[in-house]
Amino acid sequence: MIQLKGLTKRYGTFTAVDAINLEVPHGQLFGFLGPNGAGKTTTIGICTTRVLPTSGTAIIEGADVRTQSTLVRQRIGVVPQRPNPDSSLNVRENLVFHAAYFGIARSIANSRARALLEKLGIAERSEAKVMQLSGGQQQRLMIARALIHEPRVIFLDEPTVGLDPQARLDLWTILRDLHSQGRTIVMTTHHMEEADKLCDRLAIVDQGKLLAIDTPEALKARAPGGTMIELVLDGSGEVLMRDIRAVPGVSSAEAKSEHGSNSVRVYSDRGGEVIAALVTIATAHARAIRDIHLAPPSLETLFISLTGRQLT
Amino acid sequence: MTAIVTDVAQRATAGRIFLALLRRDINVARRELPYFLLRTTLQPLLFIVVFGLLLPRMGYVGSAYKAALLPGVLAVSLAFSSVQSVALPMVADFGWTREIEDRLLAPISIELIALEKIVAGVLQGLIAALFVLPIARLIMGPIDGLTATHFALVLFIVLLGATAFSVLGLLMGSLVSPQQIGLMFSVIVAPMIFFGCAYYPWQNLSVFPFMKYAVLINPLVYVAEGMRGVLTPGMPHMDLRAVSAALIIIIAIFWTLGMRSFSKRAMG
Repeated sequence: MIQLKGLTKRYGTFTAVDAINLEVPHGQLFGFLGPNGAGKTTTIGICTTRVLPTSGTAIIEGADVRTQSTLVRQRIGVVPQRPNPDSSLNVRENLVFHAAYFGIARSIANSRARALLEKLGIAERSEAKVMQLSGGQQQRLMIARALIHEPRVIFLDEPTVGLDPQARLDLWTILRDLHSQGRTIVMTTHHMEEADKLCDRLAIVDQGKLLAIDTPEALKARAPGGTMIELVLDGSGEVLMRDIRAVPGVSSAEAKSEHGSNSVRVYSDRGGEVIAALVTIATAHARAIRDIHLAPPSLETLFISLTGRQLT
Repeated sequence: MTAIVTDVAQRATAGRIFLALLRRDINVARRELPYFLLRTTLQPLLFIVVFGLLLPRMGYVGSAYKAALLPGVLAVSLAFSSVQSVALPMVADFGWTREIEDRLLAPISIELIALEKIVAGVLQGLIAALFVLPIARLIMGPIDGLTATHFALVLFIVLLGATAFSVLGLLMGSLVSPQQIGLMFSVIVAPMIFFGCAYYPWQNLSVFPFMKYAVLINPLVYVAEGMRGVLTPGMPHMDLRAVSAALIIIIAIFWTLGMRSFSKRAMG
């Protein structure tokens, strides 16, 4: 169980995490979804006792990160954003020593290390130097390291960044497997599909703020008015708005002008059927269409409607 | 009662974790021992060859100088193997590899993690000094007034000296960026060696009174003088009580500053 209350982290005048409240019940696979710089890594850093919060509380499995940090560390496993194995030790030693840092006897550590390396498919590399491992193999070693002391909660910070598509799918399988064993898993990602397919529950974060929290299905259902159609124009879209809103099937529409680029964002209940009408309206107002963007209701359209920005 | 039991259990675990951290560092140091010894003892040994063998044989310096030189060279080996073995890996760890992260996640306080680094540094300092002593003696030949009768005192001064420089290593390792580490060794460490009374007794600096007092800010002075006091007591040397007091004060100051900067770097 993880409880964050009013959790805030400021660096000078910059607020990285802004009064976040949430609870993750035992056994859930929970995801923080947001763009780079949203405060995901800082939030994980606080939960794993590696960053001190400015205010608010974070209780991990009943222990306060501020006053009971050693107890928290005892109960969590952490997979960092960038693999940081101990390069002075080989693969197996990385696990056995890490277990020793948790006071685990060597015989137990050895058998656990063997089992984990086997399970994660890197048993044949157990005597290799860590620098000889591929990125995907290093990531697996980090997962094995996070599991060696059998923690109740596992935190993974952007675990699939930098992995090739196959390694990413393999990692999903590993995470699903861990989840099925009843562990609480908290991960961050800026990958929509990953969040959608993997997580039981998601928190959408941007600029340190928690914007929405629910199951992926419920969040997608909240995505406004069905399909999003974005037209990029050669001039302001304001003049088109009245006609566009009158098109049957259009649930909402707005004109945007950002960084010298003009666009119209339309939400349609009838999918792409309204496109023909939109093109006609644009032509009637002497606007040329430079680009068309179509997105079915998804976490992405929800994110855009919440923040006005693309996720990546 | 339960609270007490938990407390005791936690302390036992902390002790076990501390030993595991130490075992890791000893393990790594043992594999790198030849490189470590080359890195930290080659320069002092070359110094011994020139000033303890060639120049006395050529008649440029008296043979008595050897008795002043040996403790000083041992002090340099001790001090700089301690400071390097703590500072160099730490600079890399905090600078880019973040490899220390797996130890920072251990359920033990950050002070104990830092303390373990100090203990590992002290051990490596001892090994370097033990390695240099017989070789230096062999190169220089018989040294007048060299005594091993004050063994406990030798150990005491050696431990104080190695601790002072390991703690300095903690401060430097957590303060200096990887880009500056080379600069630090040439700008801070080199002058420290030459003005550390390693190659001449402090008392003889009376010929340059200003320098005699200016060098007192240099921790190496106390290690070199202390080594002279316990190994070649016939040579001029500072009072051992003053040496011990100075080293303890230095350790306290560097520990306070070092712990502060280590915690700061450790916490993201």
